[in-house]
Amino acid sequence: MSAFIQLQNVSKTFDVSAPWLNRVIERKPQTFLHAVSDVSFEIKRGETLALVGESGCGKSTVARLIVGLYSATSGKVTIDGHDMTAANQGNSAAREMRRKVQMIFQDPYASLNPRWRVADIVAEPIRTHKLITDPAALDRRVTELLGFVKLTAKDGEKYPHQFSGGQRQRISIARALASNPEFLVCDEPTSALDVSVQAQVLNLMKDLQREMGLTYLFISHNLQVVHHIADRVGVMYLGRVVEIGDKHEVFGSPKHPYTRMLLDAIPDLHMTGKARTPVAGEVPNPLNPPSGCAFNPRCPRKFDPCDKSRPQLVSFSGREVACFAATEQAVTAG
Amino acid sequence: MTPPVLEVKNLRIEFPTRRGVLTAVDDVSFSIAPGEVLGVVGESGAGKSLTGAAIIGLLEPPGRIASGEILLNGKRIDNLPYEALRKIRGREIGAIFQDPLTSLNPLYTIGRQLVETIQTHLDLDATAARDRAVKLLDEVGIPAARERIEHYPHQFSGGMRQRVVIALALAAEPKVIIADEPTTALDVSIQAQIITLLKRLCRDHGTAVMLVTHDMGVIAETADRVAVMYAGRIAEIGPVADVIHKPQHPYTIGLMGSIPQFETQLERLIQIDGAMPRLDSIPKGCAFNPRCTKVFDMCKTSRPELMEAASSRAACWLHESRLAR
Repeated sequence: MSAFIQLQNVSKTFDVSAPWLNRVIERKPQTFLHAVSDVSFEIKRGETLALVGESGCGKSTVARLIVGLYSATSGKVTIDGHDMTAANQGNSAAREMRRKVQMIFQDPYASLNPRWRVADIVAEPIRTHKLITDPAALDRRVTELLGFVKLTAKDGEKYPHQFSGGQRQRISIARALASNPEFLVCDEPTSALDVSVQAQVLNLMKDLQREMGLTYLFISHNLQVVHHIADRVGVMYLGRVVEIGDKHEVFGSPKHPYTRMLLDAIPDLHMTGKARTPVAGEVPNPLNPPSGCAFNPRCPRKFDPCDKSRPQLVSFSGREVACFAATEQAVTAG
Repeated sequence: MTPPVLEVKNLRIEFPTRRGVLTAVDDVSFSIAPGEVLGVVGESGAGKSLTGAAIIGLLEPPGRIASGEILLNGKRIDNLPYEALRKIRGREIGAIFQDPLTSLNPLYTIGRQLVETIQTHLDLDATAARDRAVKLLDEVGIPAARERIEHYPHQFSGGMRQRVVIALALAAEPKVIIADEPTTALDVSIQAQIITLLKRLCRDHGTAVMLVTHDMGVIAETADRVAVMYAGRIAEIGPVADVIHKPQHPYTIGLMGSIPQFETQLERLIQIDGAMPRLDSIPKGCAFNPRCTKVFDMCKTSRPELMEAASSRAACWLHESRLAR
């Protein structure tokens, strides 16, 4: 089966230069921030791919590139065989693609219009895409959508501020489902929620995926959540994918030192009283990334080639890894 | 056993509003021994941060301590006048907040902020205070402390800023530190560094810590004892390993089950249905009863006090009936 979502060498660069006059006076060059560099991956239909990484690693930028909120500087995003880079040109095929792709945002307080009633919020994608024109049918559809996320028709009369964080996130999910999408991009959907509410939302998302055959791209920095919800995991560091593969492979036997570091850093409920070894150092400034492998200044397995050339993703033992040390070990091992 | 350095007795915090008085924290009692870390967990609105704020005397009006006592080294501090409390705050009780950027003044170098704090509380001249500031920065793991002391908060990364905040909290060698979500704004790899640092410093200095967080993982690694709060009350309190591995209160059981874990791959997480009640509609009897899976008649009529439950104490009638049998 061919991939449903495909990213080919996608890069996104932001111009973060000082204003033109300052540049001229202070003789400074233009500066560019490489938020996402050369990212390629595929998602199969009905699958959940999770992207993990620390703040500023480019995972949210990837999400925005896929839904078309940013356009890629280079590379290609294809969804179900259609080039999404053409989606901004406004033809009907592109519009149809947009209907199939919806997004759920992190902050349920900021992503719902406080002046709209919930029923109108949920109905907006239906109106935009002119899916249902009959008002009575539209009402029925909104009630059905609210039912999917365990809310009632009466809740549709209320405003967002009358709901708790978890309920608001469920409203966001209902809105995302309104246009009958096939693919949902979820950018940290549970980070702003308490654990017990997070469990409710994660269970709901899994149920909906099973019932509607949805495909998810799930962005999170919480590895336990990712382990729970994903089928495959991609680990990003400074704009690049450093390891990607089946979650049991990646979490069970991480090959990239950064993945291992992330896993070691998780406070473990079973490690009560035991000390752990925190990793030294912090994420480098993305405006001035280290040469070679971006992780080399923090890497415990750094050796000769690491600060000279950049490792490419190499496929072995059920995943792809961009690390010289891991690849060399795999070669010597067999 | 050493006498507790901080003791909170039957603390009740109220917010008078136009529609009546809301009770945000109700009958909360606990104590912390020197060098001990007490974790306080709970969901948003459980009253954990308010309890911390009341101890440092930073409760924002109209919130007020309606009844109860807060004792530091056996002396009451909750009824002290503002000026007297100001001397205690920082000197005897330090505070670390969630967002390091808002706890530091962006217009002053971190050195100036440290020196100011040190000189307010300790009788040191400018040079000695500065030396102490450098030593503190060194201790919290800031490289090249002597140069970095001249830098402004924006020149530090999030993790480094939180280290500066910890240095500020430790500046006057307080007996107690109230740490309110100190790692929530940080990435996991940085979070691990900060937790290890906080733990080491408190052990070295014998400082008692009240660690407020919603992250059970952080509690598991750092705390000696843990108090679980729900709707303004302590639902369960006990040694950290017991509460995590053998939770006694149905709320704690649900809370633990809702955390995704690597060891157990479940198709569905255990979820607690519903949401925490609003302050103006806390149910009669046990506040958790509408969401509880083990609810029975007594839960709906009378409110349980903390009672012995295995090696912890839980506010749940289930444990009362066990004793009766």
